[in-house]
Amino acid sequence: MNSLFLEIAVVLLGIVLLLVEAFSDRSNKDYLAYLGAVGLAGILALSFLPQSAPLAGSPEAAFITCDILSVFFVRFLLVATIVTLLMIPGYRSVLELYLPSERAGGGIGEFAILPLFVCAGLMWMVSSVDFIMIFVSLELATITLYVLVTYLRQNTASLEAGTKFLILGALSTGFIVYGISWIFGVTATTNILALPDAISGLPESSLYSLLFGIAMILVALSFKTGAFPFQFWIPDVYQGAPTPITSYLSVASKAAGFVVLIRFLLSLEAIPVLANKLNAVITLLAALTLLFGNFAAIPQTNMKRLLGYSSVAHAGYLLMGIASLASLLAIPAIGFYFAGYLAMTVLAFVVLQVVSQATGGDEISRFNGLSKRSPFLAGAMLLSAASLAGIPFTAGFIGKLLIFEVALKQGHYGLVILGCVTVAAGFYYYFKVIRAMYWQQPSEETAIPVTATTKWLIFVLGAGILIFGIYPAPLLAALR
Amino acid sequence: MSLLLILLIVLPLAASVLIMLGANPRVMALGAAVLNLLISIMLFARYDLAAGGWQFLSEWKILPQLGINMTLGADGLTLTMLLLATLVTLSAIWIAPKIEKREGVYYVCLLFISAGVIGAFASLDVLFLYSFHELALIPTFIMIGVWGSGDRQAAAWKATIYLGLGSFVLLIGLLGLYLSIPAASRTLDLRQLDQMAVAGTFHPSSVIYLILLVGFGSLVSLFPFHSWAPPAYACAPAPTAMMHAGVLKKFGLYGLIRIALPLFPDAMHQFNGLLLLLVIGNILYIGYVTVAQKRLDWTIGYSSVMHMGYIFLGLASLNIIGVNGAMILMFAHGLSVAAAFALCGEIRRRTGTLDYSELGGIAKVTPVLGLLFGFAAMASVGLPGFANFAGEILVFFGATSYGPAMILPVIVGVWGVVISAIYMLRAYRSTFWGPMIARWDSLTDITPTATWSVILLLVPLMIVGFYPQLLVKMVTTALPR
Repeated sequence: MNSLFLEIAVVLLGIVLLLVEAFSDRSNKDYLAYLGAVGLAGILALSFLPQSAPLAGSPEAAFITCDILSVFFVRFLLVATIVTLLMIPGYRSVLELYLPSERAGGGIGEFAILPLFVCAGLMWMVSSVDFIMIFVSLELATITLYVLVTYLRQNTASLEAGTKFLILGALSTGFIVYGISWIFGVTATTNILALPDAISGLPESSLYSLLFGIAMILVALSFKTGAFPFQFWIPDVYQGAPTPITSYLSVASKAAGFVVLIRFLLSLEAIPVLANKLNAVITLLAALTLLFGNFAAIPQTNMKRLLGYSSVAHAGYLLMGIASLASLLAIPAIGFYFAGYLAMTVLAFVVLQVVSQATGGDEISRFNGLSKRSPFLAGAMLLSAASLAGIPFTAGFIGKLLIFEVALKQGHYGLVILGCVTVAAGFYYYFKVIRAMYWQQPSEETAIPVTATTKWLIFVLGAGILIFGIYPAPLLAALR
Repeated sequence: MSLLLILLIVLPLAASVLIMLGANPRVMALGAAVLNLLISIMLFARYDLAAGGWQFLSEWKILPQLGINMTLGADGLTLTMLLLATLVTLSAIWIAPKIEKREGVYYVCLLFISAGVIGAFASLDVLFLYSFHELALIPTFIMIGVWGSGDRQAAAWKATIYLGLGSFVLLIGLLGLYLSIPAASRTLDLRQLDQMAVAGTFHPSSVIYLILLVGFGSLVSLFPFHSWAPPAYACAPAPTAMMHAGVLKKFGLYGLIRIALPLFPDAMHQFNGLLLLLVIGNILYIGYVTVAQKRLDWTIGYSSVMHMGYIFLGLASLNIIGVNGAMILMFAHGLSVAAAFALCGEIRRRTGTLDYSELGGIAKVTPVLGLLFGFAAMASVGLPGFANFAGEILVFFGATSYGPAMILPVIVGVWGVVISAIYMLRAYRSTFWGPMIARWDSLTDITPTATWSVILLLVPLMIVGFYPQLLVKMVTTALPR
């Protein structure tokens, strides 16, 4: 089966659902999210059929690859989209509040369909080996995300977040196009895999133009991955965006950015002059991202902002892995970290979504006494926080362990020591949530209801955290 | 493959799950604790001393690529520590008062601490040794914060940050240890590590020993990484303090005995001067700080820090007698400090204060409580007839045979016994004897339940005190022949 097939299937699914939405009179739009999730689950199952890379010399071979990285992350993105879609029915009351319409359920349906197009874009992005293809798929994903972030158009916070996201996203697009054009100008190729050959024949004098182009691309990718120096949009956009979209941004779009970064750096690894320089830069970026993410998270009082900074912090640990790409174990470590990150981050957002709808806000203080109001939600959040902080027997711990191990092997002692300090800082801010849930008194005693879908979602994500944390071998084997 | 060790870990966790699903918390917790105690007594009795070595082995492959498996096994030291852990767990759960708020969470936390520490002692793989210990971090944080007294929030934060940071230092040391093994034979299995060390194929850098010493040291409250312990114990509810001071803290020492002693013999010699300096800090400095305390809970909290100095002294003597003494003292101190914290909690529930200036003479109305506290205090001071005495005397014998470098530490150690007699007797006198303040007239004596749960701790102390050979021959199996 051709590797383009899955992406095309996702787009077709999206178009079919748009048509269904347009011609159906049902006012309750939840079924669209469920249909989308079921469809994606089918595509996920198809992804386990044997796939073949495009034949060498065929037209798509210049753009698309099918290797272990793309196969793993295509499945990762499908899972991330499925769990996001399953969060959407629980978010309906907020959508209805901010999108009043004469027709019941009007204007809400697309919220559950647009993520499919983002998913298709990101899937293409993780499979592509050509800058033009990366750029086009990135735009498909990003432009759809602009719509989704501003979806609550009567809510000023959502609009503000969307505007920031649009301006900074456009700026980063500018950077990436500019970088691509410099690299193309020097090497006369836009294919990542062809870069080493093209560069090795270059005169010394054109190295700096090349480095400039690479730097531009790194800046643009740091926007996508939420790494220093382009991390500052994250807390604001995360806070204002609709919660399911925030969760999707922090998991799926970050992962796709990291995959492109890995492909780009792996290809440049072949050229020692560049590899040394780039490694120093990435090490520095990892250190700054770790410091910024973890220490800026400490004073946060808003849960969404806290999770935003925490996503920057986790980008820092992932960059530690990127800085160690010379080791063969780096990619399995990064992939594993992402799988755990998906489970624990989405779990945190699911609980946050339920709690903030029941209490009317996103502040950490809204979690006060949650263990009394809903021991189930408090337990789920406890598990998620433990995993995010890196307590053993959770996926977060094994992920950090694998990353620290490759970093030590590659001699990044400074980064590992810094990582230890920031992990301790992480204990503090994640435990702040635990403190609110268990130490503090709730402002009201009523129980918080949890719908069946949400309950199952929480069960599955929690089981994921524990299973990956206790028995990581199968997942790691899939990454080799 | 013997499944008894995994059963010891699974039983408390299974009880926790049942409690979360709505079973009666106290019944479930007590049931798991009683079963666990019976299993660990049975394992202790069935250990084949003649064969020695690791027994009751079981293994699960977790990360074969990295050579990491979950391997459980026990030798005499493990079984001694498991006995300590299950004894204190049962006593702590038994003595827990009626919990008004969130009873389920309370017992789940206690059971998790217990499962974590049992797992840590029973693990042969260093990664799991570490991981199981971490399981106790969040329950401790929750318990001190919710059911603690005094300035509990600050104490919980301080303990969590210290223990979290200490654990990560430890993890880095363990990763360093792992990476210093030749790539082909990388493993974290204690048995293979020992073999490599004996065969001389493995020479970890002595820097790793220092990292491990700081990591394990902060978990054991080695001077100067001790300052989290007294406030945490003073503010924690009694069962948490019993579990933590009695059992969990011994994990750091256990780790040093298992990892540092066999793998870093040269580094331990090289840095013994440094360790002895810290030991003097623990015994002398903390000893005098203990004397200056004005509250019973703080006195016992600091005394538990001080007594760690003796155990470290035994380790630093680097010979069989001294290390044997250290291991006996780990068991003895665990039981005696748990008994002291249990009684401390009983007094606080009755009087609402532990300030010496407000207490006094309450033995008139609470004679049984007074008698039990007398036993616990005498055990803690190291009076002959208690296991603590057997441990301390072995530590001193071991230390004196080390050489001239030990003269000063041994003198300090003996003087430390005097110091601990001073503060313990003073604590006993100011709480139970002297003129009684009129408002304590109506105090009730300790309940039979609580009495028995303290006796459960004191009886083994006296058995070992009169017949130390029972434990000596067990713990010796942990040392190279």
